[in-house]
Amino acid sequence: MTNQKQDKNMGALGPYRVLDLTDEKGFLCGRLMADLGAEVIKIEPPGGDPGRSLPPFYKDDPHPEKSLYYLAYNASKKSITLDIETTDGQDIFKKLVKTADFVIESYRPGHMDNLGLGYEDLSRINPRVVVTSISPFGQTGPYRNFHSFDLLCSAMSGHMFITGDPDRAPLHISLPQAYLLGSAEALMATMAAHYYRRKTGLGQHADVAIRDAMIKTTVNTVPMWEYKNEITKRGGVFWTLRGEKQRVLWPCKDGAVSFGMHGGGFGAKTNRELVKWMDSEGMASDFLKTIDWENLDMETATPELYNELSDAILRFFQTHTKKELAREALDRGVMLSPVQTVADISESTQLEARDFWDEVEHWDLNVRIRYPGAFIQITETPCLKTTRAPHIGEHNEDIYIRELKMTSEELAILSGARVI
Amino acid sequence: MCRQALEGVKIADFTWAAAGPLTMSYLAHGGATVVKIESGTRSGASRSFPPRGGEGGMISSMMFSNDNSDKLSISINMKNPRGVEVAKKLVLWADVVAENFRPGTMEKWGLGYAELKKINPSIIMFRSSARGQTGPDSKVAENGITLQSLTGFTSLTGYPDKNDPTPPWGAYTDLTAPALGAVMLIGALDYRAKTGKGQCLDLSQLEAGLQFLAPAILDYHVNHLCARRMGNASSYGVPHGVYRCSGNDRWCAIAIFDDREWKAFCRIMDKPEWLDDPRFATAIARKKNESELDHLINEWTVKHPVEEIMNLLQDNNISAGIVENSADILNDPQIKERQFFEKLEHPHLGSFFHHGVGFRLSKTPCNPRTPGPILGQHTEHVCRELLGLGKDEYENLVDAGAFT
Repeated sequence: MTNQKQDKNMGALGPYRVLDLTDEKGFLCGRLMADLGAEVIKIEPPGGDPGRSLPPFYKDDPHPEKSLYYLAYNASKKSITLDIETTDGQDIFKKLVKTADFVIESYRPGHMDNLGLGYEDLSRINPRVVVTSISPFGQTGPYRNFHSFDLLCSAMSGHMFITGDPDRAPLHISLPQAYLLGSAEALMATMAAHYYRRKTGLGQHADVAIRDAMIKTTVNTVPMWEYKNEITKRGGVFWTLRGEKQRVLWPCKDGAVSFGMHGGGFGAKTNRELVKWMDSEGMASDFLKTIDWENLDMETATPELYNELSDAILRFFQTHTKKELAREALDRGVMLSPVQTVADISESTQLEARDFWDEVEHWDLNVRIRYPGAFIQITETPCLKTTRAPHIGEHNEDIYIRELKMTSEELAILSGARVI
Repeated sequence: MCRQALEGVKIADFTWAAAGPLTMSYLAHGGATVVKIESGTRSGASRSFPPRGGEGGMISSMMFSNDNSDKLSISINMKNPRGVEVAKKLVLWADVVAENFRPGTMEKWGLGYAELKKINPSIIMFRSSARGQTGPDSKVAENGITLQSLTGFTSLTGYPDKNDPTPPWGAYTDLTAPALGAVMLIGALDYRAKTGKGQCLDLSQLEAGLQFLAPAILDYHVNHLCARRMGNASSYGVPHGVYRCSGNDRWCAIAIFDDREWKAFCRIMDKPEWLDDPRFATAIARKKNESELDHLINEWTVKHPVEEIMNLLQDNNISAGIVENSADILNDPQIKERQFFEKLEHPHLGSFFHHGVGFRLSKTPCNPRTPGPILGQHTEHVCRELLGLGKDEYENLVDAGAFT
């Protein structure tokens, strides 16, 4: 389909089709491909994807068409039901693969191979197809069959060990992130394979390890261990990367703000501006005003110096609300941001000004729901506006009858046999 | 035939700090030629992070090397018109110009999108910034540490019994933006290959980050529920958390969702009586008595090494794993098998493990090959080999102070 002329409104993946066999480990990958304009067909087992049971729910009603988690990450896709564990299901799936550009899946490693639907099998049907397999630890290695969950991928990535208070349990982000980061990594792999295909006409297999994608959040703590035999620890509201402790979260009048005290060129301007601001409110000591920020090296600064600085800043922040601090920091060029909740974010004038939100009509629920909009703004191949996630098997007719020319009798047989 | 997926793609890379370079790393690992345009007078933030090495202004740091493997470095003095001239030659050479400065900085150098197009009509400009190129807050000074709070990740991390959240370690939004940016950049390259048209990409790291919070945004909009930090609890799985094991600062993550797992778990802990205990017999009861249950599980885990618990539970198909520290990760047999880390020899810092990518492609390798460049390491190479300048021309530029 690559020779087809591409319209401005079709997005970067306009003419392409994706068969999406993922569960929650890979939902976001297909979702982003739909944002890029691909036709993403979610293939659900008869009765619906188990991910439809994930909370939160619309009006707290645990109904398969009302999981907000599912809706968020399966928006803009199409849905057909198909049990690929059955012979009929495999037969139909292979027909679909003939015209597909991408297949993404997140079964246990080896499962697709066991069904006769592994990359080798699919590439014989369609040598152009790019197959992306998303799994917690990858398709190979001793942990490939680990029983896993998002929390586990975070734990084993190293990010949890360094997040949290030193004397308490390590933490993950309460909206679990590993599967989402893994999905984004998977799309990156898929796009690289897609680009290669443009030049060679050949597809390939992308083997994505969610945990590995998550390891990158630990920045250079692993190289640090190797270099200094020093295990980076949790520091609570202090950042521990540089060995010494640097406060990154500061309480203010009505919550907290994030501010990092950096030395040298990176921090000089923001520190200078902050002191000017403090001085304008009579809260900057002579000591503060005489610091040579350009040459202040946080690595060699003494704890006494650091404490004197941070105590003064702490006192100052506590005289303001997070809104006041955010506003003034913006005007003065101080690197500071308020700790925003999801409620605060929904009021952002910046997001409003950029027309970020997508309001999506859900006629079945008789409501318009707000979704995060485009992940990037781009002039020629913009992200498509979000559309409602499909109901279970909403596009069965389109695909099975109109496209594959199956008869309604055949559909009834397959439905009775619990294939569709 | 190409050996690598992105071979032949040419990038003039002005990005600095973390979010920009990490985006370009995907392209560099994929085989693109990425030329970092750096300044010797104002070294990039990550070059200054300890541990670092190098003499006479040739600053190198582990973090920089880790974030910039497979790239070339040219050191240009952008305050010198001859330096800007070299930068413009790179624009003409490149398929992509990438930057993540505060919006307005490239324009100050005469390198805004409109100017780039005059030099190279089909150029793709990749711009990554904290809150986007437009809007009232676009000129904000921001970094990943503060942006992860603005985006909402900090409010969702921490212990519910404390006044304030505990931020995710590091700068989480520096990790959510890069893959999304790289993905659209490849899309733009593909589009250009088909149509000859370039375009401008405006990535707001805030907006990219919010994709990772979508369910909470819907929940707030529909149910008016504002998601909060929950420690390690899950709104449905129980038990779901990390438990202290024997040894110093050793923890095991355990997540249980269904009845089969729960029954197996009770058997392994030798607590068959819990199956009939009204506090724990059902998932609803377990959720209600979660803190008591967590406490009792801790009493069991703390007596055993974490490796033992992980293996025992995994053998019974229960999700359990070590909360790995940086030493564990290098000893992890799975990591060794996957070769996520690549040992690269750095001229100032010695040999150490660099991050690779979280995937393998069956036909086109993406493993890192060379460490992050020394400042200006490839200035002559880039000018002579890539830009095709003659020896005299290059030396003229050197004498004129185009490079730092």
